[in-house]
Amino acid sequence: MNITFEQPKIKESPNYLNIRYGWRSWLLTTDHKRIALLYLFSITAFFMIGGAFAVGMRLNLTSPNGLLFSPETYNKLFTMHGIIMIFFFLIPSIPAVLGNFLIPLMIGARDLAFPRINLLSWYLYIIGGIVAVAAVASGGVDTGWTFYAPFSTTYSNTHVIMTAVAVFVAGFSSILTGLNFIVTIHKMRAPGMTWFRLPLFVWSHYATSIIQVLGTPVVAITIVLLGLERLFHAGIFDPKLGGDPILFQHLFWFYSHPAVYIMILPGMGVISELVTCFSHKTVFGYGFVAFSSVAIAVLSFLVWGHHLFVSGQSMYAGLIFSLLSFMVAVPSAIKVFNWTATMYRGSISYDTPMLYAFGFIGLFTIGGLTGLFLATVAIDVHVTDTYFVVAHFHYTMVGGMVMAYLGGIHFWFPKITGRMYPEGWARFAALVVFVGFNLTFFPQFILGYLGMPRRYATYAPEFQSLNVLSSAGASILGVGYLIPMIYLAWAWNRGPRAPANPWGAKGLEWEKSPSPPPTFNFDEMPVVTENAYNYGAAPGATEAHG
Amino acid sequence: MGNLSIFPPRGSAFAGQVDLLYTFLLVVSAIMMVLIFGCIFIFAVKYRRRPGAPPPPQHHGSMLLEAVWSTIPFLVMLVMFVWGAKLYFDSATPPANTLDLYVTGKQWMWKVEYPGGQREINEIHVPTGTPVKVTLASEDVIHSFFIPAFRVKHDVVPGHYEIAWFQATKPGRYHLFCAEYCGADHSKMGGWVNVMSPADYEVWLSGGERGGSMVDQGAKLFSQYGCVTCHVLDAKGRCPSLRNMFGHPVQLDDGRTVMADEAYVRESILDPNAKIVKGYERNVMPVFQGQISEEGLLQLIVFVKSLSQPPEQPVPTKGPPVTAKGSPK
Ligand code: HEC
Ligand code: HEM
Ligand SMILES: [Cu+2]
Ligand SMILES: [Cu+2]
Repeated sequence: MNITFEQPKIKESPNYLNIRYGWRSWLLTTDHKRIALLYLFSITAFFMIGGAFAVGMRLNLTSPNGLLFSPETYNKLFTMHGIIMIFFFLIPSIPAVLGNFLIPLMIGARDLAFPRINLLSWYLYIIGGIVAVAAVASGGVDTGWTFYAPFSTTYSNTHVIMTAVAVFVAGFSSILTGLNFIVTIHKMRAPGMTWFRLPLFVWSHYATSIIQVLGTPVVAITIVLLGLERLFHAGIFDPKLGGDPILFQHLFWFYSHPAVYIMILPGMGVISELVTCFSHKTVFGYGFVAFSSVAIAVLSFLVWGHHLFVSGQSMYAGLIFSLLSFMVAVPSAIKVFNWTATMYRGSISYDTPMLYAFGFIGLFTIGGLTGLFLATVAIDVHVTDTYFVVAHFHYTMVGGMVMAYLGGIHFWFPKITGRMYPEGWARFAALVVFVGFNLTFFPQFILGYLGMPRRYATYAPEFQSLNVLSSAGASILGVGYLIPMIYLAWAWNRGPRAPANPWGAKGLEWEKSPSPPPTFNFDEMPVVTENAYNYGAAPGATEAHG
Repeated sequence: MGNLSIFPPRGSAFAGQVDLLYTFLLVVSAIMMVLIFGCIFIFAVKYRRRPGAPPPPQHHGSMLLEAVWSTIPFLVMLVMFVWGAKLYFDSATPPANTLDLYVTGKQWMWKVEYPGGQREINEIHVPTGTPVKVTLASEDVIHSFFIPAFRVKHDVVPGHYEIAWFQATKPGRYHLFCAEYCGADHSKMGGWVNVMSPADYEVWLSGGERGGSMVDQGAKLFSQYGCVTCHVLDAKGRCPSLRNMFGHPVQLDDGRTVMADEAYVRESILDPNAKIVKGYERNVMPVFQGQISEEGLLQLIVFVKSLSQPPEQPVPTKGPPVTAKGSPK
């Protein structure tokens, strides 16, 4: 007789992760949580690719003559960095991962309204991504992520069409996700979950989805026109064929300005959740925070001309766009003030997600304030197309959205995986990211005002010291991003088991669903009887985490 | 290097004005940051979580606070807007009696031409104290004409004429950059602006190589392309006289009136049927699209302009008589 000793196993209750195994159960899943994980892994891969391009750029810029690459190669690096980071990482990041995972859980639904379309979105995203990678592998593209005509239509001899197809296809993924969210939020809320009981995360995704559905088709059309021009010389944008290159910029920014809010609103939603939970306070000014998201979505469609202040649009148009740009800053400011007020007399803990929230507020505030510099036309004339703009949008998109994304990933990690991550490492990494980020991008504001143009493979020697500083910061930032990848991967397998609600947070996903949730999210249909963030009632922590 | 200023050199009075506005925004931003970060820091320390403490009191919001913190920042932003708009307006409207330069961007160089016929590549010479108006054209893609020391930037768009102007105050050698990505050697598409005292500038003007003045070159093209055959200068026939046309309103046959500026003349040459002068026929004037180089066009325009130039000319354009030597490419 053969006696084998086994570790006593605590049998896991069935959840969305362990219910089925095998690649088909993943690639053909319609479970919003599994699709969220498909996105999680694929956007992480794209983040690494985009990051590798950034490493190349920052290395090259340590020398005024370009340390490693020819200008042609450098131009491809910044183009592909921009395209991958924006269309294949940032736009899907929070919505497609956290939004996908959490919206049904937060509103008390079993899944999104159209689970199959949700899977289709992921496939479109992957097809777009593969085409983009193919374009990179076959030699790359050098137009800049903005594809300005007539350079892109007539002069560039790189893989413009292939890249355009990639962005076009990925755009449909974004449209379908937005559509899915809108219908889900309208139709699938649990009994008692009124509009004004929705978590602010859901409000901000609602606003984001509106932009995705209304804006993305415009960029899709623009891309088609660009293809027609490049392949068949249609004469839309190239003045030699009777077209107008400024038209391209209007069309492009009509989508791409709203798109910058696709890249921040979901982050704002995450921060609203984090600040309330780690202050144990209801959000200050719920209605204002919720409606500021909608206000941003609407106003964001009216300011595209601020990207054309020096490109020859009429002076009066410039003035109107300047004024409207200031107006779009007001709802963003309202959010920052309300988060700050939420902390007042709270019970504030310094868990990692809250550290990221602090980081977000700090960096986004700087990003927003420098947006005011750019909206002030006379200053924009000097700093547009310089490193000042580069710093501005990295403060908002990386300092804002990526910080929020990391904060959100840590916050919901126990829910997603059923495990806790190592708090000490996580706090350390958050600090490294914050320091590295500022070292990388703050010098770029100074560089920009001093006059260093963006998209420069080589530069005047007096700009070298600030560039070296920026590259040094970037290496710290890179380490800061690698550490979480390592310990999160470890914790997913080995981390201590997480209870249903380790943070004592409010919200259906924490209070009514175990960690990890079962396939259909709730064992019984939740009924909502209170407003969001009702932290006045004794916090329902199941257990404080170690 | 070794210069730790956050401001680039100030080569013009306008640069100082932009820096002042920039400083105002820096101060406002600093105040906002101290307020916000200060509050967060104080709250985070003072209200840090203490084990066993009762749940904190809940605040749902305050209309008054919301009104205050939306209105006050917006009013401050209006100050930024008005101030910035005022400077922008100044920077977009050149004064009368400028010294005119013509700059053509092409991958990857700046070609500069002076009314007196001097030509340079990637170097510009201007005197202090005289407003300089630069007419910008592109032969290929979009470029951007950027002189940080003057806080001046304007895109150079193919198919359009754009205007930038500045008035240098301090002699020196300042960077000229291309700020709009334009392909492989975008970062090398730079040059220098040499600001000289008026006396030095006169010396510079009288030395050096040159072809005929831009007016002479334009006159040559005017006959070369056969414009003279139709536009007999002082008579009116099948074609309008171009004498005293530039700078004056033109009646069109569809009832509109347009101002005859550089862009209008350019369009009249390249695509005559786009706007037809009242009383004349469509399809008489040939279409010159694609036949005349950007520089040739600029010379033609300067010539057409000279047909209605007011007598007083800005000082630096006169220079010594020029021999017609070397024709435009
Ligand atoms: C075959 C005759 C012909 C030739 C050659 C010709 N033009 Fe014209 N041009 C016309 C006619 C007719 C008009 C008026 C109709 C119109 O507005 O197009 C005109 C109009 C113009 C105008 C607008 C005048 C106004 O009063 O607004 C300009 C400027 C002009 N031509 C410049 C040129 C130049 C420069 C050339 C040579 C490159 C040229 N033209 C060659 C016939 C000609
Ligand atoms: C506080 C409100 C904001 C204002 C007033 C503002 C203003 C501006 C202005 C005027 C420009 C044009 C600068 C130029 O090209 O010369 C600009 C560029 C940009 N902004 Fe913002 N911005 C704000 C917030 C944001 C946010 C939240 C994001 C993204 C999350 C963002 C991302 C960008 C990007 C990506 C660009 C540059 C695009 C490019 O040229 O490649 N901005 N911003
Ligand atoms: Cu914008
Ligand atoms: Cu350029």
